[in-house]
Amino acid sequence: MTIRPASPLAQAPASAPAETVLPPARSPAAIALRRGLSHGGFLIGAGIVGFIVLVALAAPLIAPHDPYAQDVSRRLIPPVWHAKGSVEHLLGTDKLGRDYLSRLIYGSQISLLIGLSAALISGAIGTTLGVLAGYYGGRVDAVVSYVVTTRLAMPVVLVALAMASLVGGSLKVVVLVLGFLLWDRFAVVTRAATRQVRSQDFVAAAKASGFGPVRILAQEILPNILNALIVVATLEMAHAILLEAALSFLGLGVQPPLPSWGLMIAEGKQYMLFQPWVITIPGVALLMLVLGINLLGDGVRDITAPEGRH
Amino acid sequence: MSEPIVQIRNLTLALPRGADRPYAVEGLNLDLMPGRILCVVGESGSGKSMSAYALTGLLPRSLKAAGGEIRFEGRDLLRLDERAWRSLRGRRIAMIFQEPMTALNPVMRIGDQIAEMFEAHDLLTPRERRARAVALAGEVGLPDPEQIVRAYPHQLSGGQRQRAMIAMALALEPAVLVADEPTTALDVTTQAQILKLIRDIQQRRNMAVLFITHDFGVVADIADHVAVLQRGRLVESGSAEAVLRHPQHAYTKALLAAVPSLTPPKREPITEAPIALSVMNLAKTYATRSGLLGKPRVVAAVKEVSFDLRRAETLGIVGESGSGKSTTARLAIRLIEPDHGTVRLGSLDFTALGPTALRDERRRIQMIFQDPFASLNPRRTVEQIIAGGPIAHGTPARQARARARELLDLVGLPQTAAERYPNAFSGGQRQRIGIARALAMEPDVLVADEAVSALDVSVQAQVLALLEDLKARLGIAMLFITHDLRVAATICDRIAVMHRGEIVEMNRTEALFRAPEHPYTRNLLAAVPGAMFAESA
Repeated sequence: MTIRPASPLAQAPASAPAETVLPPARSPAAIALRRGLSHGGFLIGAGIVGFIVLVALAAPLIAPHDPYAQDVSRRLIPPVWHAKGSVEHLLGTDKLGRDYLSRLIYGSQISLLIGLSAALISGAIGTTLGVLAGYYGGRVDAVVSYVVTTRLAMPVVLVALAMASLVGGSLKVVVLVLGFLLWDRFAVVTRAATRQVRSQDFVAAAKASGFGPVRILAQEILPNILNALIVVATLEMAHAILLEAALSFLGLGVQPPLPSWGLMIAEGKQYMLFQPWVITIPGVALLMLVLGINLLGDGVRDITAPEGRH
Repeated sequence: MSEPIVQIRNLTLALPRGADRPYAVEGLNLDLMPGRILCVVGESGSGKSMSAYALTGLLPRSLKAAGGEIRFEGRDLLRLDERAWRSLRGRRIAMIFQEPMTALNPVMRIGDQIAEMFEAHDLLTPRERRARAVALAGEVGLPDPEQIVRAYPHQLSGGQRQRAMIAMALALEPAVLVADEPTTALDVTTQAQILKLIRDIQQRRNMAVLFITHDFGVVADIADHVAVLQRGRLVESGSAEAVLRHPQHAYTKALLAAVPSLTPPKREPITEAPIALSVMNLAKTYATRSGLLGKPRVVAAVKEVSFDLRRAETLGIVGESGSGKSTTARLAIRLIEPDHGTVRLGSLDFTALGPTALRDERRRIQMIFQDPFASLNPRRTVEQIIAGGPIAHGTPARQARARARELLDLVGLPQTAAERYPNAFSGGQRQRIGIARALAMEPDVLVADEAVSALDVSVQAQVLALLEDLKARLGIAMLFITHDLRVAATICDRIAVMHRGEIVEMNRTEALFRAPEHPYTRNLLAAVPGAMFAESA
């Protein structure tokens, strides 16, 4: 059967809808962005995270000193707002005389690197498992659910500690351990989201068009669970950053002399009674970053929740 | 004639900023008479439901009354506070909703929910409340009232749930009953019973009823007075007789003209054309297991269904919910696998294909879905949606995209629609996109599963005309699933009536409407609302 070309059909008498005036073309992403610009939490979160990302990227340009350069004659100088502070070291120096501001700036690189790579690894594992379980259901779902339950039964901090002390702490080990431990929420959320999308008629339509499973997953399912995925990814980033700080604080994470914020808190803890700023400064930085990421994630969820219809 | 019990004067409800118009309802004047039913009719978005919510003080927060008044028993309802509303609602003004399953509390027994009406207003003793609940259940025609008041909502049928809702609404003998599309979610035979019940009770108790509906058939059956709303404005009102038989306003005339007639047009029988789709002894049962060790409950959704469909022919499958008509459609295109039976496309045994061959041959039978909002991927542009299928089958992308634009022409959409996302389109436009997607595969058979059921009548008429036109032009065979006999009469050459998984009667449309043979078909035809109105149309 063939359909004749458009010209005679264009004047089809039956198709004369009175409703052909279309609003301006806007993609769902563009609409979400517009909504984002009027969402307070999203803007604050994006501002904080954006600022820290910029600082991390421009670290070599803006850091006033070498973060590794020690100067024992200038140990534990308090920050500039202190009576004994000096303009040369805006946030003071640590017990080895290293510039605290520079270490804080370089530390942001480590936190972001760990957050991003752990979220990427765990996101890849969890999304694959979750989407497969949600799409195929049945036996695949049973197996994946079993694996997820097993994973949930393992205490994250304890396993991470054990792994780090077995293999020896380093940046690479921390990233891998966290990446392979934090995928459970990705799996659970994408499984539920996929099941929901799978039952929609447009997936049935794709199937009826003869799409194979790969095409259906990539074109029909994934774009529609992306919102949920972004929200989980931000939460897991924050989670990974906090865990890294905890591991480093316990001496099993990032090793000195790398300027990790968790490590800075650990190194400062013996001075915290008399020089409280040695732990409050990295502590506040950590708090701001995690808060910013969480606000951003919450904002994304609010903006994209009423998806689709209008 | 008596005084109106409710007077709506110049009612204006403001929509939030950014809506498609400033007012949901503008300058509305309506009178409700005791012992009379006023039907408010309109298409979706006409503001008909919002006027009902204003009368019960249940307006959504985003909507503000911007002017006018609603006078009832010497008070202006728009100025009542929440406390005053609470004592008024249920006792003087009661409401019944569209979806009785969600309007009832699923974890409370029916009788307790009826009795709660008295409890909420501190009336009667617990024992008296129970007795009244049983009496009310009897009055609304629930079978075995003593027993049924102990049932939970999920144990009742849709019609019984709506009866229970009505019993709750009647409990405190309100003077005004507001009914928002109360029969829309029900099957036609149940709908006819509920309409009769509302009519009977309203006359027995001399209640004023505000009845919201989009269905002119229902209006013809139940209304004393009719008010027609278009985009928030009252365009016509008067007695049912006057509005239905002699509409004055152009919009009312257009709406009435769009209602499909129950008298099928004359159609030549199609006997020569080659058979495009042949279904033989198709069967599907579902087994649901309650709990790990529970006994499986087997439901036969489709039992030994057989039919042939010729080129350029439309076969309608009509039936009520649960009759197996949608399952039949999904079996025919192999979205679900049958227990046994064969589906043939021309000479090809479609049911015998393995996964790879099936993927290749799927293009020959395509489907148009019911819900225009769920059937288009919101993340893909219209062009990607239409061209996706052919590209997956190896058509060069450039050619598929050019074809997509031609198809947009064909279904009556501008070519500029290609770059939009589905969210830019109305329900009727989306349905056209769905049709273009199906046509892009150049199918031999088109399966339309309730394809116009979610649309307003005027849009419905346009889409039906489009389908009819395409069928004639392209020689496509169409399997048309619907619960709406009016729609079936308009578009089908032949109709198969399904009941509990079986085809009980199959005949040419004209013959089926003229001389239905099976008792179930006769019931179904008798239950179609507005039969008298069909004669005049």
